[in-house]
Amino acid sequence: MQKRVSTPAKIVSYLILAALVAVFAFPLLIILMNSFKGKLYISDNLFAFVNNISFVGINNYSVGITRMNFFSALGTSVFLTVVSTGIICVVCSMTAWYLTRIKSRLNSILYYAFVFSMIVPFQMVMFTTSFISNKLSLGTPWGLLVLYVGFGAGLSVFMFSGFIKSIPIQIEEAAYIDGCSPLRCYFQVVFPVLRPSTVTVAILNMMWIWNDYLLPLITLDSKYTTLPIAIQKIFTGGYGAMDMGGLMAMLTLSIIPIIAVYILGQKYIIEGVAAGAVKG
Amino acid sequence: MYKQLKRYFPVFVLPTLIAFIIAFAVPFFLGLGLSFSKFTLVTDAVFNGIDNYKQAFSDPSSNFVPALGFTAAFTVVCIIIVNVGAFALAMLLTKGLKGSNAFRSVFFAPNLIGGIVLGYVWNTILNALLLGANKTLLFKPEYGFWGLVLVVSWQMIGYMMIIYISGINNIPGDIREAAAIDGVNARQSLWHIVLPSVMPSITICTFLTLTNSFKLFDQNLALTNGGPANKTEMLALNIYRTFYNRNGWSGAGQAKAVVFFLLVGAIALVQLRLTRSKENSN
Repeated sequence: MQKRVSTPAKIVSYLILAALVAVFAFPLLIILMNSFKGKLYISDNLFAFVNNISFVGINNYSVGITRMNFFSALGTSVFLTVVSTGIICVVCSMTAWYLTRIKSRLNSILYYAFVFSMIVPFQMVMFTTSFISNKLSLGTPWGLLVLYVGFGAGLSVFMFSGFIKSIPIQIEEAAYIDGCSPLRCYFQVVFPVLRPSTVTVAILNMMWIWNDYLLPLITLDSKYTTLPIAIQKIFTGGYGAMDMGGLMAMLTLSIIPIIAVYILGQKYIIEGVAAGAVKG
Repeated sequence: MYKQLKRYFPVFVLPTLIAFIIAFAVPFFLGLGLSFSKFTLVTDAVFNGIDNYKQAFSDPSSNFVPALGFTAAFTVVCIIIVNVGAFALAMLLTKGLKGSNAFRSVFFAPNLIGGIVLGYVWNTILNALLLGANKTLLFKPEYGFWGLVLVVSWQMIGYMMIIYISGINNIPGDIREAAAIDGVNARQSLWHIVLPSVMPSITICTFLTLTNSFKLFDQNLALTNGGPANKTEMLALNIYRTFYNRNGWSGAGQAKAVVFFLLVGAIALVQLRLTRSKENSN
C-alpha cells in the first residue's frame, strides 16, 4: 500500500494530528501540573502555569500518600490484577482445550454456558454475587481471585477455544504417541503453541481487572481497598476532606503505573486489543 | 486418542467451573428467582409474582424509565461520534505518514485509565472550565449529558480506531492498486473501496460502542453521580442505587437488573444475527 501523499496534504495531516495529540494529552497534563501547586492556586485557576509562588514541591504527594494509604491500595490492585490474570490464563486455557478436544453433550453445554456469561451485564448478578461471596467469606484479596476467575472465564474460554480450533491436531497426536500424559502433553506441547492468544487474553483481563471498581467495592471487606475505590473515596470525602492538591497528586499517582506498563508493552497491548475485537 | 484425557475432567475443567459456578451461575439463577420475590436479606425471600417489576416501572420514585431514556439517547450520540471520529483517525493514520504508530499509541492511551479515575480527571477539568461562567457540571442535565459524551468519546475513539486501522490495513493491496491505475479519486475510493471493505469492523465497533455506552457505570458515578436531581442517572447507576441506597427496594432492584440483562442480551442476539448472516453471504 505504498501511496504518495502530496506535501501540502502531509502538512495538513500533521497539523491535525498534532492538534489532536494536544486535545488528548491536555487533561492529563493539567492534572499533573496542578499536583505541584498549592490548593488555593488550584481552585483559583486550574489552567494557570505553575510558578515560584504556587509551587509546593512534592508536598501534595506526601500528604496524599499518607492520607489515602496509597501503597496499600496499590498493592491490593497489583496483587488482584497480576494473580487473577495468571490463574485465568492457565485454568481457562486448560478448560478450553478439554472442552474443544473431548466432544460430549455436557462439554458443549459447559462451553455455551461460558459464552452466555459474556453477554450478561454485571448488574444482573451484582446483588447475589455479593451475597454468595459474603456467605463463603470471599471478601479478601485471596477470595476475590475466585470471583475474578469466575467472571473472566467467559471471554477467556471463548477466546482460547477459538484459537485451539485453528491449531493442527497432529502436533498433539505426535506427543501422545510418544506416550506423554495429558498434563505433560498440555504444558509442553499445547500451552506454548497458545502463547499469542495467551498474551491477548492476559492483556484484556488485566485492563479490566486493574480498572474494576464495582466488584471489589461490593465484596471486599472494608479493611482492604483498591486504587479505583480509594480514588472514589477521597473525591467524595472519605478519609476526611482532602484538599485539591492531594487529589491532583493521587490522580497522577494512580495513572502512572498503567502508563508505565503501556510504554513498555504497547505493541502487545495494541495488537491484543485488535485481536480480541475480531474474536469478540 | 483422547481417552486418557477424558478422565482428567477434574484437573482441566473443574477449577474454572467451580469459580464460574460461585461467581456467575448460582448468582444468575438466584437473581432470576429473587426478581419475583420480596426480600431484604435473600434468605427471607417470599414469592410475590411480578410486584417488583411493577414497582420498578411504575413507582414515581423509581426513575428507571427516565434512566432508560437518558441511556438510550446517550448511547445513540456516542455511537455516531465515536465511530465517525475513530474512522477518521484511522484513515489519517493509514496514509503511511511517518510517526503514525506513535500517534496511534497516544490516542489509545486513555483506554488504559479506568472510568473512575478518568471521570474525576474530567470532573476537575470541566468544572474548572465552567467556573468562568459561574456554573458547574450539575447546573443543568444537558451539561452532564454532553460531559459524559465528551469523556466517553475521548476514551473510546482510540479503542475503535485500533479496530478500524486493522480493518483498513487488511484491504488487499491489489484492489487499491487496480483502483489507482483506473484513476479512482479519493472520495470514490472511500465510498466504493474502503467503506465496503471495512463493513465487518464497522459492525464490531458499532456494537462495542453500543454495549459499552449502554452499560456505562464508572464514568457516570465519577462525573455527575446522576445529578442534578437524578436527571443524568444511567441504567447501571440506577440499578446500583436501587439496591444499595434504598430500603425495601431490593426486589425492584433485582427486577430492574433482569430487564437490563434482557435488553443487553437482545442487543447481543441482534449482533450475532448480523455477523452470522454476513459470514454466510460471503
